[in-house]
Amino acid sequence: MPAERRIKIASDVDIVAARQSGREVAAILSFSSSDLTVIAAAISELARNIYAYAGTGEIVVSLEERNGRRGVRVVARDDGPGVADIALALEDGYSTSGSLGLGLPGVRRLMDEFEIQSEPGKGTVVTLWKWAR
Amino acid sequence: MLVPILKQGDYLIASIQSSLADADLIRLRDQLVEQVGRYRSRGVIVDVTVLDVMDSFAVRTLSTLAQMIMLRGAETVIVGVQPDVAFAMVQLGLTLDNVKTALDLEEGLLYLNSRAKRGRSGAG
Repeated sequence: MPAERRIKIASDVDIVAARQSGREVAAILSFSSSDLTVIAAAISELARNIYAYAGTGEIVVSLEERNGRRGVRVVARDDGPGVADIALALEDGYSTSGSLGLGLPGVRRLMDEFEIQSEPGKGTVVTLWKWAR
Repeated sequence: MLVPILKQGDYLIASIQSSLADADLIRLRDQLVEQVGRYRSRGVIVDVTVLDVMDSFAVRTLSTLAQMIMLRGAETVIVGVQPDVAFAMVQLGLTLDNVKTALDLEEGLLYLNSRAKRGRSGAG
C-alpha cells in the first residue's frame, strides 16, 4: 500500500493541511465518515502540539496492513523539548500550559493504538493507528 | 479565508464557508466582538456546519468568542455542529461550556427571537 503523505508543520495553516491529508489517505480504505473525522481530529491535535511546543516538526500519514487488517498509521515527530513525564501527560486533565494540555488522553481514546516515545531535550514521536472495520 | 458576516436585524450571522486556520478563527472572533458594538446587535450566530473537525483550538476560540460577546451585552449561538464532529469532540473531552448551541441556523434564530420576546415582556 503505497499511499503516504508527509506534511511539514511550521505554521497554523499546516495544521489544517495535515488533517486534510490524513483524511484523504484514510479515505482510500473503507472507514466510516465518523472514523475519518476521528482520524482528522487526532491529527489536528498532534499537529497542534508540534506547533505549540516544538515550533516545527512533521506528520506522516500512511496505510498499513497487519494480520490481515488494513488501517492508517499517523506519525507525529518533532525535535522539541520532549515530554518529561509521559505517564502524567497521559492522565486526563493534565496540562503544562494552563490551557487544555497536550490532549493526549483524548487522542488516545480516538484511535485504536497509541505509542509515544519522548525524552526531555530529545523531541517526541507519537504514533497512532486506526483500523478499518 | 474570510468568513462573511451578515447583519440581519438585531443579529449578526457568521457562516463559516471552509476549514479555517487558527488566525482566521481569531480574526472572526475579533470582527464579531467589534461589530456587535458597531451595529448594536443583540445576538450572534456562528454557523459551523461545514467544519469537518473542531479541535481544541477551535472549541477554545468559540468559547472565548461567546464569553466576549456576552461581556459586550449580546448572546452567541453556535449552530450546525455535525454528528461526527460532536462524537470526536466528546472523545477528545472538548466541551462548549456555557455556550448556547442549536441544531441549525433556523433553530438558532428561533432561540434568539424567543429570548428577545422574553426580554421585552420582562421589561414591560
